[in-house]
Amino acid sequence: MPEPVIYLDHLSRSFGTVKALDDLSLEVPAGIVFGFLGPNGAGKTTTIHLLLGLLEPTHGQARVLGFDTRTQADEIRARSGTLLEFAGLYERVSAEDNLDLYGRIYRMPAPARQARIKELLTHLDLWDRRRDLVGTWSWGMKRKLAVARALLHRPPLIFLDEPTAGLDPMAAAALRRELASLVAQDQATVFLTTHNLAEAEKLCAQVVVMRQGKLLAMDAPDALRAGTGGQEAEIVGRGFTEQALAMVRSRPEVAHAELQRNHLLIELHGESDISPLVRVLVDAGAEIEEVHRGQSSLEEVFLTLMEEEKR
Amino acid sequence: MSDIWTMIWKETKDSVLQGGRTAAIRLLLAIGILGLLLPWQLGQSWLALSPAALLLILYMPFLFTSMSIGDAIAGERERHTLETLLASRISDRAILLGKILVTVGSAWGMALVSLLLGMVAANLANGQGRWVFYGSFVLFVEALVLSLLTSLLATSAGVLISLRAATVRQAQQTLALSAVVLLGALILATRAVPAQVLLTPATSAPQLWLVVMAALVVLDAILLGATLVSFQRSRLI
Repeated sequence: MPEPVIYLDHLSRSFGTVKALDDLSLEVPAGIVFGFLGPNGAGKTTTIHLLLGLLEPTHGQARVLGFDTRTQADEIRARSGTLLEFAGLYERVSAEDNLDLYGRIYRMPAPARQARIKELLTHLDLWDRRRDLVGTWSWGMKRKLAVARALLHRPPLIFLDEPTAGLDPMAAAALRRELASLVAQDQATVFLTTHNLAEAEKLCAQVVVMRQGKLLAMDAPDALRAGTGGQEAEIVGRGFTEQALAMVRSRPEVAHAELQRNHLLIELHGESDISPLVRVLVDAGAEIEEVHRGQSSLEEVFLTLMEEEKR
Repeated sequence: MSDIWTMIWKETKDSVLQGGRTAAIRLLLAIGILGLLLPWQLGQSWLALSPAALLLILYMPFLFTSMSIGDAIAGERERHTLETLLASRISDRAILLGKILVTVGSAWGMALVSLLLGMVAANLANGQGRWVFYGSFVLFVEALVLSLLTSLLATSAGVLISLRAATVRQAQQTLALSAVVLLGALILATRAVPAQVLLTPATSAPQLWLVVMAALVVLDAILLGATLVSFQRSRLI
């Protein structure tokens, strides 16, 4: 069995009395986008700092690309690309020179460096503005450039801390598309932290959900949705009387039912059949126009997990 | 070594060439005062490299460093560019030495330019109808070495101050205040010495400057060692 790219064994990190990361154990296989989800203060940035050897764990150990984070952090950083919480770009320098600097740092030969810079900037639609000072660019362009910097030396492992933070929905979607295509091209493993659940749903093969440094769940997004959120149904129509609603709510397969205008939203227990519910409503005099069913979104799963943890 | 060159390339692009119009004006003003105005006023005494002239030349790195090192260290931390740099493969030592070498090189270069410009200004002010070089070549070389050592001293002290500052503004204010305090101390010290001694050519005492040099080498080694210990990833994140 191939060694995981990231292996955490009971990893903890405290700052004074605050436990930023609490006994986290997980494995990240090679070649996937791994989502690290959680609200602010979940320990996402601390985890990246620990994995890069910028911080030492209080307890436990971590291996990244086969190297120990305490004793071989230089090897890890040499083989990783990073976009941290802040883009960290030199704003008084051109975009081209920003990338050139990191190409030099990663000891890329000049022709390979120039070719890769052109390839990335062209792919991200930034080539025409390459000589502009980065300080004159928009937030979205800067995030794109920071992503390009993380991918520049074709690292086998890329850490991305909230890559689409602060972008408008259009720009975020575009960056996600470009990121997915570039990562697939390089066959890299991506460790992505985000609190944008739609982003995680679209990009990640596997996710963990964290809260206040503790792991709440870890699985593929589909499996998490199936395991936590259950099924949903939406019935569109007219004539949903109180009596009809009461009959629906009394059914054992119904966890929750709520009427919003002419939409009846039903949360089901497990993989229940929906046709008996439709029959109950028709018998009660309702006129049904459409029936939709689907799984809970990752966002709903996330909120459920957060609620359960609070309790 | 190639990592240090990379950092020198980066620092030159980011700090020196891209400092903006304000930085260029400040630099020209400093060179104007120390490389033109004061040599013009001191005249023959400047050309003889009197203690007063040498003290002015040695003070210059403190002035220059107070303007630049705060931005290179505290500024990078404030703009979060240092964090990204620390997350890369480059070593702490290469980052620090790159910054120190560029700052020392710039400060020393400024002292050298002022010495050369000062020679022209002092010759013009002297008006003897012929151009003369500095009174003693040995003393001129000593002045260059001394200014290099004081540049390193000022830069190392600036790094230590900047590492402890919460913001770039705080770092620059502390460094500027230190430069003013040092200037005040120099003025007070020179007042205790008769003007005649201060303006007398120092050619008779090159050994004195050798002693000063030796003391500076020791101080430089201590401060540089302290910066290398302080500038570590685990302390900077």
